[in-house]
Amino acid sequence: MRLAGRIDLVGAGTRLLAPVVALLFAFGIFAAVLGVEGTNATDAFSQMFEYAALPDSQVDILNRATFYYLAAVAVAFGFRMGLFNIGVDGQYRLATLMAAALGSASFIGWLPGVLRIILMVIVAMVVGAAWAAIAGLLRATRGVSEVISTIMLNAVAGGLVAFLNTTDHWGTRPEGSNAVSTPLLPKDSWLPNLPLIGGTEAGVFAFSVVAVIVGVGYWFLLERTRFGFDLRATGYSPTVAAASGVDAKRMVVWTMVISGAIAGLVGLPQLFGESHAFTDSVGGIGFTGIAIALLGRSRPVGMALGALLWAFLDRSSLILDLADIPREIVVIMQGSTVLAVVVAYELAKRLSRRMQRRRVGGLVETSQKEQPA
Amino acid sequence: MSKSKPTDSSRDEDRAAEHGPPAVELRGITKRFPGVVANRDVSLAVRRGTIHAVVGENGAGKSTLMKILYGMQRPDGGSVLVDGTPVAFGSPQQAIAAGIGMVHQHFMLADNFTVGENITLGAERRHGIGARAATRIRELAARYGLDIEPDELTENLGVGDRQRVEILKVLYRGARILILDEPTTVLVPQEVDELFGNLRELTGEGLTIIFISHKLDEVLAVADEITVIRQGTTITTVTPAAVTARQLATLMVGSELPSPAAPESLVTDEPVLAVAGLTVRGPAGRPVVADVGFTIHRGEVLGIAGVEGNGQAELVEAILGLHPAEGTLTLAGRSLAGQSTRARREAGMGYIPADRHRHGLLLDAPLWENRMLGHQTERPNAARGLLLPGAARTDTQRILAAYDVRTPGIEVAAGALSGGNQQKLIVGRELSSAPKLLVAAHPTRGVDVGAQAAIWGQIRQARGNGMGVLLVSADLDELIGLSDTIKVIHRGRLVATTDPASTTPEHLGLAMTGALEEPS
Ligand SMILES: Nc1ncnc2c1ncn2[C@@H]1O[C@H](COP(=O)(O)OP(=O)(O)OP(=O)(O)O)[C@@H](O)[C@H]1O
Ligand SMILES: [Mg+2]
Repeated sequence: MRLAGRIDLVGAGTRLLAPVVALLFAFGIFAAVLGVEGTNATDAFSQMFEYAALPDSQVDILNRATFYYLAAVAVAFGFRMGLFNIGVDGQYRLATLMAAALGSASFIGWLPGVLRIILMVIVAMVVGAAWAAIAGLLRATRGVSEVISTIMLNAVAGGLVAFLNTTDHWGTRPEGSNAVSTPLLPKDSWLPNLPLIGGTEAGVFAFSVVAVIVGVGYWFLLERTRFGFDLRATGYSPTVAAASGVDAKRMVVWTMVISGAIAGLVGLPQLFGESHAFTDSVGGIGFTGIAIALLGRSRPVGMALGALLWAFLDRSSLILDLADIPREIVVIMQGSTVLAVVVAYELAKRLSRRMQRRRVGGLVETSQKEQPA
Repeated sequence: MSKSKPTDSSRDEDRAAEHGPPAVELRGITKRFPGVVANRDVSLAVRRGTIHAVVGENGAGKSTLMKILYGMQRPDGGSVLVDGTPVAFGSPQQAIAAGIGMVHQHFMLADNFTVGENITLGAERRHGIGARAATRIRELAARYGLDIEPDELTENLGVGDRQRVEILKVLYRGARILILDEPTTVLVPQEVDELFGNLRELTGEGLTIIFISHKLDEVLAVADEITVIRQGTTITTVTPAAVTARQLATLMVGSELPSPAAPESLVTDEPVLAVAGLTVRGPAGRPVVADVGFTIHRGEVLGIAGVEGNGQAELVEAILGLHPAEGTLTLAGRSLAGQSTRARREAGMGYIPADRHRHGLLLDAPLWENRMLGHQTERPNAARGLLLPGAARTDTQRILAAYDVRTPGIEVAAGALSGGNQQKLIVGRELSSAPKLLVAAHPTRGVDVGAQAAIWGQIRQARGNGMGVLLVSADLDELIGLSDTIKVIHRGRLVATTDPASTTPEHLGLAMTGALEEPS
């Protein structure tokens, strides 16, 4: 037992080391690109840090991390059973549009604000789940790869959103603006922003609480329930899982449904806390979710750190414009971080195996020598 | 790096004088894994043109040693010499280039490829991938008595066929030194005889064979020399003429060879499993199990004898609900029509699969999660939909002790266990749920003689408590020793019924080829 404990410590150490090394590597690339541009990397970085430390920035980082995290968990759910849900983007955009259109519809104007919020959350989850379920059913009944079907469904969802969010249908164009959006939600279904950070008027999305709950729920479902065991078993080996009594087809559908339901939440933090209406301005969160799920290895805490890092880079890049540095450089850094982390985890796995072998091999050898033959 | 002692090298020189340098020589090999030393200062010399057997109990380090020779793992110390020249293979490709081929204990075949593609994969240079390759495969198959169809999809193969494909894969590459790690576990004695008869011809042409087996009679029959490994070190090298199976077992484990003789019958007249009119269709719609019917009672072991590939895999999968089938199945009075695999397992079916890596274990998951596998809906693993990791961990410890699974701990991944220890874990897990019916395919596949005796004892004990057993095995001693009734399966039909008390392995072997067909 004591031995096993030690093995785990060594393993955990190298596992933590991996992302740190990867970050340093990504920073190296960042510095190199800046160098080509003729800028001092340390300078640029300290400016970014200073800017990110401002109270307004801190709030913004937490808010971005909220929806990034939700998207990452949605993707990770599929990852853990070997499914690749690329469709989070389409799922959340459609879900947010539906929820916003319903919430602002006059025929439910009589509903008290709290109930309307709950109704909208349910609708968003159901729409996300239903959209993802199409891919799940196609895979289970027709063997269509979910990678292909979710990419197609993204395109369809994009078209559907663009079509419905027009003044002919559910959209309106506010006076003096040329962006079309759904009508504003009644004030009683706006969520108050939480004054967690001092020194600023801005508050953190109340929906960040939901993100935390989703993270805990994700861990609990996977690690502590029978369903989670079946899901992980299928991810390890479909043939073994089937022999253990897992119904692979049902599993595919359910995993897509849950992944889609979580994806349905992705657009809500902004809807309830900031925009109060659906505008199709922020797309692509679903793809960021894939990157963060990879960064955090589909682990709940890892993805939380990944989401915060991503949000930090997003926010702090704003200052680069002022310093006359192309902001896109941060995109390069985000990309190379994911790449570096994926590579580093693989290396760390090998390294930790080798280290364990040395240490433990030595330990056992000596303890065996002490035993009488 | 060489740690060989002076006495060793002087003995080697003697041999070298007689036959030239050994085809393979391992000197002072040491290999460590987390929590275990798999090989400790192992030395071994294999003469060219001989069949050299390596025996030892489960986890002794046999597979590890062979993987080192094959370049799959790097030793922490010691040296490898091929034809007297020191080599350091960084990968199996380099070993193959040096004329070494290996059949692994666990299958390494791509499911979605055909047999022919699996065989030619990575060896396209030899005969291409077209008709010439297929012809060559058919030639080899005929010559070594390994009945195989190159166009068949690997996914549809049973364990016996997979074993044959693995052997062909190595022969196809034209290896001069063959490593066979338990190549015959699911082959019946005739197939083994035929294979080794043909391999022996090859040794006459200078081919060298190293093979690992737990079937000591087989080892004594075919080997020129036998090296015994215990706890990671070589104990001795003997010739078959100088030892008996009993002495060999004592050398390996320090325990006596088991006697599989069955005690008095405990069969009741209460049916556990009733099967009638069971038909399973293969990919082409042709029946691979045809109109099979039998009843297993409480306390009864029904043995199914047959050459692998005659429908026993499909029969087993149909009973578990893993394969669609026609006909009726009744478990303890309850019809299983339309019931899922999970429902069947919850109704009291235990399952020891023939292929432990494809159906039995999550190789990347820790042992305690593997203890839950297949029983993730029942105590002590779960209650009301929630897992009970604490209870499962405790129970895993109990299984490790009760079934003598050798491992550094329960957090170790199942894939790090030696083949025999993986098997013991599965047997322990399945017997722990006190099943009404145990469906056991090759339950002692890959376990050493000591563990085999223990598993037989455990199955008998459970049978005494009223468990019914459907036993599929290629080991005729096991079938005769454990079964209350033996039925012979041939081309998907039950063609004969024999009483184990009055049958002999020879008679059974004949029946299995379809020579003694009689209506059942
Ligand atoms: N990849 C691995 N990681 C960790 N430990 C390993 C690994 N491979 C083997 N071992 C350990 O090394 C020891 C020797 O294993 P090996 O597979 O060589 O045994 P074996 O003699 O082939 O046994 P068997 O007859 O059961 O196949 C075992 O204790 C096993 O747990
Ligand atoms: Mg082995």
